Amino acid sequence: MKAPRFSYVRAESLEQVFELLKQYGEDARILAGGQSLIPTLNMRLSQPAILIDINRLDMLKGISAGDGAVRIGALARHAEVAESPVIAARLPLIAAAMPHVAHVAVRNRGTFGGSVALADPAAEMPACVLALGGTLVVAGARGRREIAAEDFFRGLYETAREPDEILVEVRVPTEAPGTVSVFLELAQRHGDFAIAGLACHARIEGDTVADARLVYFASEDRPRLAKGAMAALAGKAWNDGTRAAVIGALTDDLDPMTNLDGGAAMKLHLQRVLTGRALDAAVAQARAA
Amino acid sequence: MGETRKIALTVNGKRYAEEVEVRMHLGDFLRQQLGLTGTHLGCEHGVCGACTVLVDGVSARSCLMLAVQADGRELLTVEGIAPNEEELHPLQEAFRDNHGLQCGFCTPGMLTTLIEFLGDNPDPTEREVREAISGNLCRCTGYQGIVAAALDAAQRLKALKQA
Repeated sequence: MKAPRFSYVRAESLEQVFELLKQYGEDARILAGGQSLIPTLNMRLSQPAILIDINRLDMLKGISAGDGAVRIGALARHAEVAESPVIAARLPLIAAAMPHVAHVAVRNRGTFGGSVALADPAAEMPACVLALGGTLVVAGARGRREIAAEDFFRGLYETAREPDEILVEVRVPTEAPGTVSVFLELAQRHGDFAIAGLACHARIEGDTVADARLVYFASEDRPRLAKGAMAALAGKAWNDGTRAAVIGALTDDLDPMTNLDGGAAMKLHLQRVLTGRALDAAVAQARAA
Repeated sequence: MGETRKIALTVNGKRYAEEVEVRMHLGDFLRQQLGLTGTHLGCEHGVCGACTVLVDGVSARSCLMLAVQADGRELLTVEGIAPNEEELHPLQEAFRDNHGLQCGFCTPGMLTTLIEFLGDNPDPTEREVREAISGNLCRCTGYQGIVAAALDAAQRLKALKQA
């Protein structure tokens, strides 16, 4: 037997989940898709007292378009998001990022909410939600609250969710007409963990980048909004001067971490390369539209 | 022995009612408890794809699912692919004829992955096949034979459908 001993509950209601989270706190783990959690159990890297299996909670499922935003249930599988016409039409950034999320069997079970709640620094979905200014809805026995993506990701696997809360849904504003999205990622092989990556959402008017949101992932301890680079870009024509200013600003915006995939200097270099490619692509996309 | 649960499931058309330890993953359950050792366990953290099975027709890593989560589900493993003891499935025949395997370790995962893929995409391009098996590692074939087998199988399945 590979995994350590734990208790297991197949939750029948959200109230039951709240009750168990209240009782066990940090010793409980939510079992959603399990594609990150079960490896850590098999390798005995984590030793929870109890697994709360939420897979049969229908209220956490589904993807729907509402008033200016798309609601993605925490249990929506990556494969569902990838195939969703709602996502393709309203959130092209997420649609573009999805093929980078692991491989088909993992996308079949892994969940959108699980990826966001785990906040793996190399994960694609947290970066997309931050780039699009999404809102995370968490709930627990103490009630329900909404957290802006900018306040949610706090560090390495650290989020604003309290141990007695569960992420129930993610709301992402529909991408506005006239905006473009580009998602770029570098990995050893397609589908592997990212070495560097960038989610870019921009409004481009003629030759001018009216405003852009740039979120870098994989190099940082969390998805990082590059505010200096964004300021250097706002209202500027995309040319060699702007390119140099934006790429220069990344020195202060980013704080790359060395890991097995590469050193901090290499990761900063790769993010700069991706920045140039992303904005070239964004401008080309806007021209073609 | 840790905490256990009673589960009932169907594997390759056969009903099973079993008591399982909740921490046992589905791959170990299939191999150790049901004796279905065709499903191979390589890395046990979701990277190699050898343990892929179909759960209600959808591919899943059996090392990344608990056996208790398969309660009420219908599973297909490599043992259930061939129509009977004497004949092979067209995909298996195509693997044999195109050198789609050497040591055979990755084969169960390749076959289950491709059964799902060819069901969704009966007329794939080579690139689509490569993408479909991108989550399955093979250290013998260099993938060429596997890709050829998958493309050949698509033609065989199409011919069968038209016949």
